[in-house]
Amino acid sequence: MSTTQEASAGRRARADERVAAVGLWRRLLVKPELGSLIGAVVILAFFSLQSDVFRSLGGVANWLDVASTLGIMAVAVALLMIGGHFDLSAGVMTGTTALTVGIVAVRLDQNIWVAIAAALVLALAVGFLNGWLVTRTGLPSFIITLGTFLMLQGLNLGLTKLFTGTVIVRGIADAPGYHSAELLLASTISVFGQPFRVAIVWWLLATAVASWVLLKTRFGNWVFATGGDEVASRNVGVPAQRTTIVLFMTTAGAAWLVGSISAVRLTSVQANAGTGQELIYIVAAVIGGCLLTGGFGSAIGAALGALVFGMTQQGIVYLNWDADWFYFFLGAMLLLAVLTNRLVRRYAEAARR
Amino acid sequence: MSAAAGDRPDVPLLELRGIGKDFGSVIALDDISTTVRAGQVTCVLGDNGAGKSTLIKVLSGVHRPTRGELLLDGQPVNFGAPREALDAGIATVFQDLAMIPLLAIWRNFFLGSEPTTGWGPFRRFDSAQAKEITRRELGAMGIDIRDPDQPVGTLSGGERQSVAIARAVHFGARVLILDEPTSALGVKQAGVVLRYIAQARDRGLGVVFITHNPHHAHPVGDRFLLLNRGRSMGDFAKGELSREELTAMMAGGDELTELAEELERPTGR
Ligand SMILES: Nc1ncnc2c1ncn2[C@@H]1O[C@H](COP(=O)(O)OP(=O)(O)OP(=O)(O)O)[C@@H](O)[C@H]1O
Ligand SMILES: [Mg+2]
Repeated sequence: MSTTQEASAGRRARADERVAAVGLWRRLLVKPELGSLIGAVVILAFFSLQSDVFRSLGGVANWLDVASTLGIMAVAVALLMIGGHFDLSAGVMTGTTALTVGIVAVRLDQNIWVAIAAALVLALAVGFLNGWLVTRTGLPSFIITLGTFLMLQGLNLGLTKLFTGTVIVRGIADAPGYHSAELLLASTISVFGQPFRVAIVWWLLATAVASWVLLKTRFGNWVFATGGDEVASRNVGVPAQRTTIVLFMTTAGAAWLVGSISAVRLTSVQANAGTGQELIYIVAAVIGGCLLTGGFGSAIGAALGALVFGMTQQGIVYLNWDADWFYFFLGAMLLLAVLTNRLVRRYAEAARR
Repeated sequence: MSAAAGDRPDVPLLELRGIGKDFGSVIALDDISTTVRAGQVTCVLGDNGAGKSTLIKVLSGVHRPTRGELLLDGQPVNFGAPREALDAGIATVFQDLAMIPLLAIWRNFFLGSEPTTGWGPFRRFDSAQAKEITRRELGAMGIDIRDPDQPVGTLSGGERQSVAIARAVHFGARVLILDEPTSALGVKQAGVVLRYIAQARDRGLGVVFITHNPHHAHPVGDRFLLLNRGRSMGDFAKGELSREELTAMMAGGDELTELAEELERPTGR
């Protein structure tokens, strides 16, 4: 008896040694943010070497600004993607909330905070509707949110014209309470004499909170599980439907934050604001290591994906290149990210099948 | 051995009365009745597609029965979701194991029942405790995991099955349901699982055990429910059925005799 146990222990020890050799690789590979971190470092190095404006404090403040509002959305979209869904209405939603802030504050003569609260209620309601429809019907979220996307796009234009007679809402700066809102959402913070947009702080905060929730809480575990295998998660007692609905409401909530920031900062909102951005959020999340099939990804990765995006967009401007190159770069990065992610999934899921 | 528990005249832990389940026009189960008593093992036997998994999915809250009644402690219950069955102390090892391949072992182990620490909005998943318990419970099954952070998808089929069983044993407070838990296991691990079933029974749990193997079913079973094409072919107590009879009934008696005759016939001329 004891000899067989020793024999099996010896076999196990040998197996362990073989696994230990690839242990480090596996540990690195299963970190979803690895690819976007490498990408961000390479792009930072490339543009910094080419352009001194890019590496100046003013340049940094600029590309961080581009990355910030995009990053807030990318992080929320990443959570939703890990949970196994897409939200095509996320882009136009930033426009809807910004327009709501403008119309309620300017046309309905309300305090700006009332307008911002109204936009939040509206956003959460649309998020709930998206999530409820997806969980109820079992249809792909792609098609459900394409529907809400088109509806919101129509409403944005139609209602803006109805309220203002034009396709733009102006004069948000004149609303009562504007200065406190500006302080919180659109002010700048001086670092080494260089003003940085406060949205950057919101971006970092959103990334930190999302990352903590994802990795350290029960809800985070449910997000991974629901995206990985919804039926299996339900069978072991995960409230999968509630998780999905909360994720859609989170995306809508992020759109509300971004919409409010842009309404307060620009003091006027175009009726077509935000349209087309939804794909860019998804690209940033994928660059950040999210699998399109759900169940895998990271909030920090998505934030880095947004950073890659911001740096590339501003870097190309600073180098005086044709802006068309931007899309080429973006597409190349997306392809690279998808190919890397595919390897990860193969390794983690199919290795022992 | 478990005769003492079996003789208790109290109400059964779980009772099925005329349970039926339709999927659209497919009648997967019809008129199934049996009991699961505390400290006893109820074996469910039957061919592929007989409806065994459908039956345990009714017990574990995955499917609502179309007909019939499910009684827990003599009270009619209607599980709307697996969560409700789990909260009633019914834990299940599903045939497909219900594991998330890309998720770490310890996250899978506690999925849906995560222990938490901390207060208010800072309440978090107690990962240290979760990893510790996962390692301990799997160790008790003879599975030595190298790293609880390993994704479940990288485990072997048998290891995966062991994790699912260890999870159900850990969370099953009153009833433990196992749907072909030994199908991917080696002789040693299958022995461990049978011993687990006996231990759970001795702790006073009710066990529902699904298997194709009469040599596994007969030694641990106290009741045998035989299913064929969604219908009950009988619900026997242990004394009413010998191992040979059980084997014969599982293979469909006459068919087995026919098969034996066919195989014994000389083939060469
Ligand atoms: N969700 C479903 N929709 C339609 N039919 C189903 C569904 N689930 C099961 N069935 C049908 O019910 C019957 C019984 O299936 P079940 O999985 O319970 O069999 P089983 O006894 O567990 O078989 P096995 O030994 O192969 O696991 C099958 O004919 C199957 O096709
Ligand atoms: Mg089955």
